[in-house]
Amino acid sequence: MEAVNPLILIDEIEFSYPNNTFALRNISLKVNKGELISIMGQNGAGKTTLIRTLNGLIRPSTGSIYIKGEKIDSKSVAELSKIVGIIFQNPMHQLFSNTIEEELKFSMKNLDLSKEEIKQKIDVILNKFNLEKYRDRSPFNLSGGEAKKLAIASIICRDPEIIIFDEPTLGQDAKEIDFFLELIHNEIEKGKTIVMVTHNIEFTFENIPRIILMANGKIIADGPTEKVLTNEFLVKKSSLILPQIQQFKQGLKEIGIKVPNEIFKLNDMIMFLNNYLKIKLSKE
Amino acid sequence: MAFIRFNNFSFRYKGNDEYALENINLEIDENKFILLAGETGSGKTSLIRCMNGLIPQFYAGFYKGSVEIAGKNTIDTPISDLSTAIGIVFQNPENQLVAMNVEREIAFGMENLGIEPVEIKKRIREVVKITEIEEILDKAPFEISGGEKQRVAIASVLVLDPKIIILDEPTANLDPFFAKKILTMLKKIQETKKISIIISEHRMDLLVLLVDDIILIHNGKILAFDKKDIVINSEIFRNLNINKPKIYSLFRGLDKKNQVYDKIPISIEDALNVLKKYT
Repeated sequence: MEAVNPLILIDEIEFSYPNNTFALRNISLKVNKGELISIMGQNGAGKTTLIRTLNGLIRPSTGSIYIKGEKIDSKSVAELSKIVGIIFQNPMHQLFSNTIEEELKFSMKNLDLSKEEIKQKIDVILNKFNLEKYRDRSPFNLSGGEAKKLAIASIICRDPEIIIFDEPTLGQDAKEIDFFLELIHNEIEKGKTIVMVTHNIEFTFENIPRIILMANGKIIADGPTEKVLTNEFLVKKSSLILPQIQQFKQGLKEIGIKVPNEIFKLNDMIMFLNNYLKIKLSKE
Repeated sequence: MAFIRFNNFSFRYKGNDEYALENINLEIDENKFILLAGETGSGKTSLIRCMNGLIPQFYAGFYKGSVEIAGKNTIDTPISDLSTAIGIVFQNPENQLVAMNVEREIAFGMENLGIEPVEIKKRIREVVKITEIEEILDKAPFEISGGEKQRVAIASVLVLDPKIIILDEPTANLDPFFAKKILTMLKKIQETKKISIIISEHRMDLLVLLVDDIILIHNGKILAFDKKDIVINSEIFRNLNINKPKIYSLFRGLDKKNQVYDKIPISIEDALNVLKKYT
């Protein structure tokens, strides 16, 4: 049987900045098509540096990166950007056109699409992101939340196979986070692969199946979120705190309420407490 | 008299038809720890910009009504006079760090106010201890981490001895451990200095446990300003699309007949106290 190549294969890469501080140390990683992953860890752990190696913005000093089985060393950022789309933390760093329509047009310029196709795509994307009313406005007059949406739209419209987000939920309210969640689920359904860097523990714990923890330029854990984020040692080492539901679960055990091990998420806990209280209240 | 006072204040930015703030009436006293919450675009940052005169002095637009800080009108009192009463730490601390090293950074504001060198030294010693940045005084702003930058920004505001400190999403860029550390530190500063601190924040889990009062803002209008317990148990809070504490959502999610509490728990401790009766 033929072995299936991982979509992204990072093989023992290292990277140090000109002042010799190591940003990445001995990183190896496999990501399969269709995965949804959070990278977490303290400020300065190397998370953003790591994602920048994937479209060639940063070239590792040793080791290799393969995307779809091909070594990316000799590929240009422009070439890689067709496969890997990165949405940066500050949307203003990637927006520069006079209007929102032009911003999207520019984004698709190198994609060999006809004028008509581009026009159609823009209509679809403006509608999907609820930005239609701002079509002729300057990106710099948008609110923070809308600018973030536009930055995401300008990458999604290129249809990259791998989508990378740096702090996607930062400064977003509950409605915007729900919108983002629906968006990434849609992309995953279409077969896309998503990697995000985030400090948002609760969002990751509830919604992201795999987590990579980094500290001091190294990967210190890589596995199912439910396992990694409930491990007190790892959580502490990467400057995180235990998710609220996990802390609550521990508290319940301390006051003598037995919680089944497989309960991790909010809705599971609501179901458990509903059943528990129903039984207790009927006995009273 | 209240330290900050909004009298029927409305404001719209130049070129915008909609009011960013509408008929705001607010009185904020000293010695309170306050959360300012609202959806994005609700007017949180605009409200903060009124509290040191940036609105209407710096941002062009149209206003009605007035805002007073320590009895001074923000319309014609110079921003530099208002900034000794109120210190603001904006979202991105990098934008407000200007000096060659951390110590100079903290001294900068005091030097501009003509404070004596001896007094400057004394105050710096005090604030660097509170904010735990003694070790990095010689470092340049670009050499220090995000959490350290945030603490330097807080120290340079704190050193001017303001009666009120306002922070716009102070922990947004910080990892959770540091976020917790900074919020706990701010609570301690608030209590020992008996000043007021107002924090605008999207991540509420940690902060909601520490604050006394909550201001809810929506579409440029104040929906509620009251003691934390009252606001959190209100329908208004329930209906807003803000990121609520996980424990709140857990207990809100229970079937009606299982809602066995008078006040909805917001911390793990509260929650366990409610459930202890049913073990």
